[in-house]
Amino acid sequence: MDWTLVLTQAINGLQLGILLFLLSAGLTLTFGIMDLINLAHASFFMLGAFICAWATLYFDSFVVGIVCAILGTALLALIVEKTVISHLYVRDHLDQLLATFGLILIADTAVHLIWGPAGLAIPLPSQLQGQVRFGELVVPTYRLVIIGVGLLIAATLYWLVNKTRAGMLIRAGASNRQMLSTLGINVKLLFTSVFILGAVLAGLGGLLIAPITEASIGMGNDIIITAFVVIIIGGIGSIKGAFVAALLIGFIDTFGRAFLDTIFALFMSVDSAETAAPAVSAILVYLLMALILVWRPQGLFPPKLR
Amino acid sequence: MNGVPTLHRIGGGLVLLLILFTPFVMLWLGKPFWLDIFTRLVILAIAASSLSLLLSVAGLASFGHAAYIGLGAYAVGIPVYYETYGGADWLASYSGWWHVLLGVTVCALFALVTGAISLRTKGVHFIMITMAFSQMILYLLVALEEFGGDDGLSVDLRSEFVVPGAQVLGIPALNMEEPWVFYLVCFAMLLLVLFIVAKLRHSHFGRVLQAAKQNELRVKALGINPYRYRLLAFVVAGIFAGLSGILFANYAYFVSPSMVEWTRSGELMFMVILGGVSTLFGPVVGASVFVLLEHFLSRFTVFWHLPFGILLLVVVLFGRGGIIGMLKREPKT
Repeated sequence: MDWTLVLTQAINGLQLGILLFLLSAGLTLTFGIMDLINLAHASFFMLGAFICAWATLYFDSFVVGIVCAILGTALLALIVEKTVISHLYVRDHLDQLLATFGLILIADTAVHLIWGPAGLAIPLPSQLQGQVRFGELVVPTYRLVIIGVGLLIAATLYWLVNKTRAGMLIRAGASNRQMLSTLGINVKLLFTSVFILGAVLAGLGGLLIAPITEASIGMGNDIIITAFVVIIIGGIGSIKGAFVAALLIGFIDTFGRAFLDTIFALFMSVDSAETAAPAVSAILVYLLMALILVWRPQGLFPPKLR
Repeated sequence: MNGVPTLHRIGGGLVLLLILFTPFVMLWLGKPFWLDIFTRLVILAIAASSLSLLLSVAGLASFGHAAYIGLGAYAVGIPVYYETYGGADWLASYSGWWHVLLGVTVCALFALVTGAISLRTKGVHFIMITMAFSQMILYLLVALEEFGGDDGLSVDLRSEFVVPGAQVLGIPALNMEEPWVFYLVCFAMLLLVLFIVAKLRHSHFGRVLQAAKQNELRVKALGINPYRYRLLAFVVAGIFAGLSGILFANYAYFVSPSMVEWTRSGELMFMVILGGVSTLFGPVVGASVFVLLEHFLSRFTVFWHLPFGILLLVVVLFGRGGIIGMLKREPKT
């Protein structure tokens, strides 16, 4: 076994897991607290990337780009929450699904109108472009930055949800909404704040990955489905569950793609292993979800019952 | 209120007649491309009707319906590919009967297995798990390099439906390559699907589904387990969607994984909601409005998704009951 390769893939898996966590943290909160399916979360992922790319090019600074993207997604989230989303909380899931699908169509076309059909690349500052050596292992600096920032955000979120008064309200909202409003808490304000928080996290995810993949129209529309798988495996409403499941899926997906053909070759011919491996690794994540749902329909870490 | 069902039936009949004859009138007026648009419309109406069996009758928000269209389409694409380029003799064929047998079997099995798992869950979980299974099919098709992977497969010839002995009796074979013959085949399929869905709605089976949608506990208290009924509905809807996929592959001469993207499932849902959930002809109206709007808007602007998205928002936020619901709503006196 080539351990350098394994370590490289582990870092890739960690990076994917972190990215998935940034997306699913907001999803699981809006899901758990507002009982809202929000496909348009994918749009904030994309908008974060585009605003950051535009501002980075315009102001010639990645840092300014990041600040603009955070403020921009927060503002857009506020507008969308007030105009559309707030009417959807009382609706059934089907309505929420379709309305937020409509929002995706609008957002994708709006980006097309503003920035054109081609993607936007984000130039990285020179300090982040290099590579870091650990013995034989060579890792691009920027990947380490993504992982570091992601872990930092996860830690902050943990602190926010578990140690602060706002977090206490969030947890209370996830377990019993009616009780919360009966106790005189401004539930509307809580919903708006949680929605904005989720959107900003998604935007952060988008802008972090954009320097590697570039910002493109509909870039969030695939990964959002994986993020939904994450929150279902983790248990809807649980930040801890989202974190564990995101890393689990990040690793399983990456390792599956990298090593499944080698593993298959142990018990079948090399030829059939090479045909079967890509197909199986592509659906590994969904197989995992199906298995977990059969075993524990509420996910790994369901929030305490309401 | 007694007049409403008959009125609905007459209206539905009119819509079907309009769909049937418009392309021929247009053909006569020298605009043959309408036949193409209406073929697509009818095929999508079949898919939307099959989804409405789950959405409106059983109350199951399946968000992975495009998977069956893809499976049905590849049940045409793969045998035709092997027949044209050689290989896999047991699979290769131009025969439409074989395509239908294959597509229906695969869709039924896929619906049975994924339905058995998905139906253990409820609400949000159900929506997401059906979507996840559909993504599974998407990535599986992308990973199949032999069948073009991402790029898909072109289908060189349409399915051949040869009735054994028909030639001897002097009945000409069905020439699917002829556009209007193919259109009539699609339309006949739509009629068949609508007929079966209408029968199912008013059968014991349909009543149990509707009752379980309203109050699962009561149905269970009557000693009926809704799970089996729902699973059967899931399989039937899957088979119908598979049939529309078989027709779609023939229509487009092309199959690709993009037919299975979740946005396709979203569009199907949109059609059902747009037309009106609780009616038989709603999905047909929804699919018609969808296809025609798409056609007109995309002629005006490449940004046609924008008005589409806004329309979707407006229908969901304000238009409860869809188009048919709005027409049916009686003015307040």
